[in-house]
Amino acid sequence: MIEFQMPSLGADMEDGTLVEWKKKPGDKVKRGDIIAEVETQKGLIEIEVFDEGTIQELLIKEGTKIPVGTVMAIINPSEVTLEAKEEKTPESKPIEIQPIEEKIIVKKEKIKQKASPLARRIAEENKIDITTLKGTGPEGAVSKEDVELAIANQQPTEKAISPSDSIRSAVAAAMSKSNKEIPHYYLIKNIDISKALNWLKEINSHKPVKNRLLPIVLFIKATAKALVEFPDLNAVWENGIIQKKEINIGLVVSLKKGGIVVPAIHQVNLKSIDEIMETLNDLIPRARALKLRSSELSDSTITLTNIGDNGADAVFGIIYPPQVAIVGFGSITEQPIAENGMIGIKSCVTVTLAGDHRATDGLTGSRFLVALNYQLQNPELL
Amino acid sequence: MQNQNPTLLITYREALKQSLREALQNDKNVFLMGEDVGRYGGAFAVSKGLLQEFGEERIMDVPLSESGFVGAGIGAAIAGMKPIIEVMTVNFSLLAMDQIVNNAATLLHMSGGQINVPIVIRLGCGIGRQLAAQHSHSWEPFYAHIPGLIVLSVGTHEDARGMLNEALKSPNPIIIFEYTSMLNMEKEVLEHPNTVDITKAKILKEGNDISIITYGTGVYKSLEAASELATMGIDAEVIDLRVLRPLDESTFLKSVSKTHRAIIVEDAWKSVSISSEISSRIMEKIFYDLDAPVQRLCGVEVPIPYPAHLEEASVPQKKDIVNAIKKMMQHD
Repeated sequence: MIEFQMPSLGADMEDGTLVEWKKKPGDKVKRGDIIAEVETQKGLIEIEVFDEGTIQELLIKEGTKIPVGTVMAIINPSEVTLEAKEEKTPESKPIEIQPIEEKIIVKKEKIKQKASPLARRIAEENKIDITTLKGTGPEGAVSKEDVELAIANQQPTEKAISPSDSIRSAVAAAMSKSNKEIPHYYLIKNIDISKALNWLKEINSHKPVKNRLLPIVLFIKATAKALVEFPDLNAVWENGIIQKKEINIGLVVSLKKGGIVVPAIHQVNLKSIDEIMETLNDLIPRARALKLRSSELSDSTITLTNIGDNGADAVFGIIYPPQVAIVGFGSITEQPIAENGMIGIKSCVTVTLAGDHRATDGLTGSRFLVALNYQLQNPELL
Repeated sequence: MQNQNPTLLITYREALKQSLREALQNDKNVFLMGEDVGRYGGAFAVSKGLLQEFGEERIMDVPLSESGFVGAGIGAAIAGMKPIIEVMTVNFSLLAMDQIVNNAATLLHMSGGQINVPIVIRLGCGIGRQLAAQHSHSWEPFYAHIPGLIVLSVGTHEDARGMLNEALKSPNPIIIFEYTSMLNMEKEVLEHPNTVDITKAKILKEGNDISIITYGTGVYKSLEAASELATMGIDAEVIDLRVLRPLDESTFLKSVSKTHRAIIVEDAWKSVSISSEISSRIMEKIFYDLDAPVQRLCGVEVPIPYPAHLEEASVPQKKDIVNAIKKMMQHD
């Protein structure tokens, strides 16, 4: 039995509102299927399943706001899943189940707040988080009176929160946390990308307009390839550095009404530059429309921010926790560059790296930028 | 208006007797049958004087054989009479249960709707007269369990006066629980009684803070408790269920939806009782209106003791109701 929980779509997410179930009991699901739509601060997100099986029961009613970690549905693992885990001996199966059970118990206790059914109903109707209330009813249960008090206290400050406001507060929460907790170090390297741009021009001339590549694709791919050499930067910090197997680059996308979202481009190192471009063409419009999937919001292992044309020369990013690095590309400018005793005009981009000093040191960062430079000098290898 | 229908101070016993007399007067097919109902005037003197007034054919003493005379009553009912069968106390009705459960309750069904059994069975019952373990039963849950029966509980003088005559209008078997501990209790009733409705529970006192749902001897105790609670600022609603089968759930569900709290008071033992049923229905149907767990005050699950103080302690009293509600309302 698999308990499907409300996923965390970033360190700043505490809860989400289930808008719609996309599956019903009895439906078969496989990894990557969209099981539900959840309203979060970052918009309407499609939530994916990570297991294979049959939906046994949907526990949460549509329209309910629930904390991260709440069990939303019960999935019966299918036999296919068991077969897929052939390497493991059958004897190890029960052991495999145990940690899951432990996890469930912990989660349940964490979210347990006694409340009368009526109080719960009123709280839901008024979007009050019952776990934040102090219960004065029997056995410390939150009663109708407690919820009504909370509603009364809330009223003066209450105002309709527009999506851009909630994005703003999500960004605020994540960035404050980062600035408070992460000791950043910054490195900067000016990279000549003339060769890369020429190569791109050549490639693009053979492509139909809609398939043409933007320089950002090279930056993304080069970053991924450099990260393969420096896995410490493709990691998260959770009381220690945890390297991530997949290189999922979160790309900062600015929203027209203000705020940013950071959708992940999955397994960039395994994708060709054409595939990356294709992904961007799909991802960016969806990001702007706040229509991302849960994995796209939660799976990034490093962030890449890109200023684009005619903007600032360099950007010094703030790391998105729990990641440990952010790579910044300034706008592409023509610069006089000295090479072999000669001055030439070259297209350059100023690349910065902000690293979490708990996880890595400047030496790693510096070597990474050198590797990144190497990748961009050899675009044909990308 | 008040002068046209003044009130009258009478005992519960007198109210029951008046209803019997009225029934016998209104319909010549009505007759009363039971142990000692004639010459002795009834074990609790409820039918005293009726033999002289209506004669031996209509007030019939029977041998000590509950199964026999209840069965005879069922036969008479099938044959077109309107028998009122008095089983001296509910305790002895166990001996007639096969007749009641397997004949009275089932014949309409077994005959494909052809045979009605319009019998009324009156059962003296309850706790509070030091009659000890074998004679102090509260079998309301037993009878309320059985489809095919209508089960009434006489918790007020108004119902003591009015229920029997309404019961006799029913084409189906009716069990009436009368409470011996209330026989000498005096209350004001209207001289010309209004018709009572034997399909509905009744709200005897309106309130907004908590619903006290009760029947039988719990009714007056709950009303007194509600008065005391009112002095503490707790506004309790008191509901007399009156009909234990089929339950009038809409009345108590509506009440609890309004007050958001419920306590059920009854003399019967707690496990598998009327209160179990009420509590379940509240849970099933209006869960999201509850602001506190439903509470139950019931008989302590022991054979009812003989000593007065222990007997009193074995069923809910006014102070128990007050205390339980204060606790629920967090006023203690």
